[in-house]
Amino acid sequence: MSQWGRIVPAMDGVEFRGVSYRIGARTLLDDFTVAVAAGETLALVGASGAGKTTVLKLVNRLLLPEAGDVCVQGRDTREWDPIRLRRSVGYVIQDVGLFPHLTVADNIAVVPRLEQWPDDRVAARVRELLELIGLPPGEYSARWPDELSGGQRQRVGVARALAVDPPVLLMDEPFGALDPITRRQLQQEFRRIQARVAKCVILVTHDMAEALTLADRIGVLNEGRLIWSGTPQAITESDDPRVRALVESVLAPPHSPAAFGSAQAKKAGHYEGRA
Amino acid sequence: MTSLVRYWLTHQQELATLVAEHILLVAISTAIAVAVGVPLAVFATRRPRLAAPLVGIANVVQTVPSLAMFGFLLPVPLIGGVGARAALAVLVLYGLLPIVRSTIVGITGIDPSVKLAGVAMGMTPRQLLRQIELPLALPSIVAGIRVAAVVGVGSATIAAAIGAGGLGQYIYRGLSMVDSTVILAGAIPAALLALFVDGSLLWLERRLSGRRRARSRRAVVAVAAALSLAVLAGSAVWATRAPGAIVVGSKNFTEQLILGEIVAQTIERGTGLPVQRRLNLGGTLICDRALMTGDVDVYVEYTGTALTAIFHQLAAKDPKAVFETVRELYAGTGRTLLAPLGYDNTFAILVRGADARANGLRTIEDATRLAPQWRAGFGYEFLERPDGYAGLAKTYGLTFRGPPQVMDLTLSYRALASGQVDLIAGDATAGLIKGLDLFQLEDNRRYFPPYDAVPVARASTLLRYPQVRQALERLAGRITADDMREMNYAADARKENPADIARRFVEQLH
Repeated sequence: MSQWGRIVPAMDGVEFRGVSYRIGARTLLDDFTVAVAAGETLALVGASGAGKTTVLKLVNRLLLPEAGDVCVQGRDTREWDPIRLRRSVGYVIQDVGLFPHLTVADNIAVVPRLEQWPDDRVAARVRELLELIGLPPGEYSARWPDELSGGQRQRVGVARALAVDPPVLLMDEPFGALDPITRRQLQQEFRRIQARVAKCVILVTHDMAEALTLADRIGVLNEGRLIWSGTPQAITESDDPRVRALVESVLAPPHSPAAFGSAQAKKAGHYEGRA
Repeated sequence: MTSLVRYWLTHQQELATLVAEHILLVAISTAIAVAVGVPLAVFATRRPRLAAPLVGIANVVQTVPSLAMFGFLLPVPLIGGVGARAALAVLVLYGLLPIVRSTIVGITGIDPSVKLAGVAMGMTPRQLLRQIELPLALPSIVAGIRVAAVVGVGSATIAAAIGAGGLGQYIYRGLSMVDSTVILAGAIPAALLALFVDGSLLWLERRLSGRRRARSRRAVVAVAAALSLAVLAGSAVWATRAPGAIVVGSKNFTEQLILGEIVAQTIERGTGLPVQRRLNLGGTLICDRALMTGDVDVYVEYTGTALTAIFHQLAAKDPKAVFETVRELYAGTGRTLLAPLGYDNTFAILVRGADARANGLRTIEDATRLAPQWRAGFGYEFLERPDGYAGLAKTYGLTFRGPPQVMDLTLSYRALASGQVDLIAGDATAGLIKGLDLFQLEDNRRYFPPYDAVPVARASTLLRYPQVRQALERLAGRITADDMREMNYAADARKENPADIARRFVEQLH
């Protein structure tokens, strides 16, 4: 925790204070502290089983902490009505989880309808979101999930999570299992969207390149502990061997020289854009 | 084949009624099983620890043979007894397992990420169930309904044993007449019905698991609505028992079917009251129970059977004394024994006529010296009854080659004639005795108690409708053993309809 930058009073965002969670003897999350403000994107990286998804499930009260507090918009998740909480937290889940018996438009409209929006408002919002994610409504509204490509499904998953414009957005490997070109395209779209909607975003990924591209801050999880956190700039300069290993895997992927070039180029462009 | 078609053509009206009854039995019981089974399965998925025992219990219920199930349910209040209600209860129990199991499988088989998405989007458990789990489990649920309905079509044939109607009536009638044409007349439509139900629900299931789900769901709603409407309308018509109707019952063999018709037609002619027939009930105890519960108002019993099988008294020999004893026992329990019809349908120990002539056999005693080389075939009831096989063997010192074979009473005549067995216990009035050249050995030691045929009625019915008693008194002493054997022969050998035989007899009385 030495490189902990700022602790934000996360009234609009999400704050973890000394949170632990375990199943039986297995500790999934240990003394986890982090704050994410509105308009900020935190990327959590780490190997699988490091506790990344557990962090997300603690935010929308799919899990409750055993020790410590999780606050969403300044309120402990234990005090939230879980239904209300979940409807104010968008969640892009790892396997997308589109409802196979509903069309694309109906999938996006689920939460607005749960919130009993009038029909014309739902329809307008669905059109707006389909345009935002680059799927022309005329062509895609009536399609079924199994008629979409993997990339299109993940976009619909993002649109569904954004449907009622929730202040908090959780994204669990939102662009995983995609080919590199589609992934880059979606990542760019995400940055464009985030620039416009300014949410409190927690993004889980095992792909350091993605974290470097999308995040304002990066947290590194290892066996349930936050071992490092800081800006993308700072992480490339870290001398913690575990962090270095993660960063170097991006800078010099051992088995794919082609991916090496593209990751390098992307990183370079990203930093120039940000600096 | 041509005889089968001729049978259907001459029984068109009846066939249509039986098919309708059969469909209603299956439709109503399946609908109830869905209404009970789906919520039960949903509950089980919410409490996974209950799911295994629940499916286990349903499994055990499924393995109970259907006739035994009817037996278990007979004494149960509200759902037990005789008629459509008890049959529905049994069919519902059978339908539960496939529906519960397929609903559990359908719900637990949903992609966990889809369920997680629903929960994470802030669906309440009820919203998750109605918007996600049930729609996605629907194809699996329909598969379970299909199994339940197909099993139901088969099981419903047995419902005829407790007077619930349906195509099983032809099967039982055919068995009691030993006529495969009549058996097929019921079995073939039942099989076609099963195939039709299977095919149409399979089609529905395929449509539901296809892609056009939203539209299909609307179709399902439409089909389900139409179906339940039809069921409601049909059951309303069906369940309407004409007010004041007298219900006549009978056991499930030819003579009883004819007697049931004679009693029914006598009441119809003599009183003008509407009469409902619940013929072909599956045995003495089922008839007795039906009389107790009021599902049946009157049926013909035999004094010796009532004494031993219903009242568990030791068999007695004097016909008058037996009649008086039984009348008092009935009177003490709200039932009235009317006047005897005039003949004694005692057990008849039968051998092939050829054997009797070749060996000069006349009495049961004569047969004891040949019996050790013979095989015997007895109906289940005869083996079990206190006035049945055990006492007979003791009285005469009878032994056979091996233990007696258990067989259906009505099939045992054919088994004897075709040489599969050498001695059976039949009814003294059986028409087949004449038809198959069988010989009745005389009961020279008077082992069998008297079995005078007597109508027995609910006392409350007779109080309310004294004209029913008057009408039935007219039958007193009017049916001789020869009459009965003749009528049985007309039904069993000449394949005449019991109703027609009864009509001829009743007309000739007046």
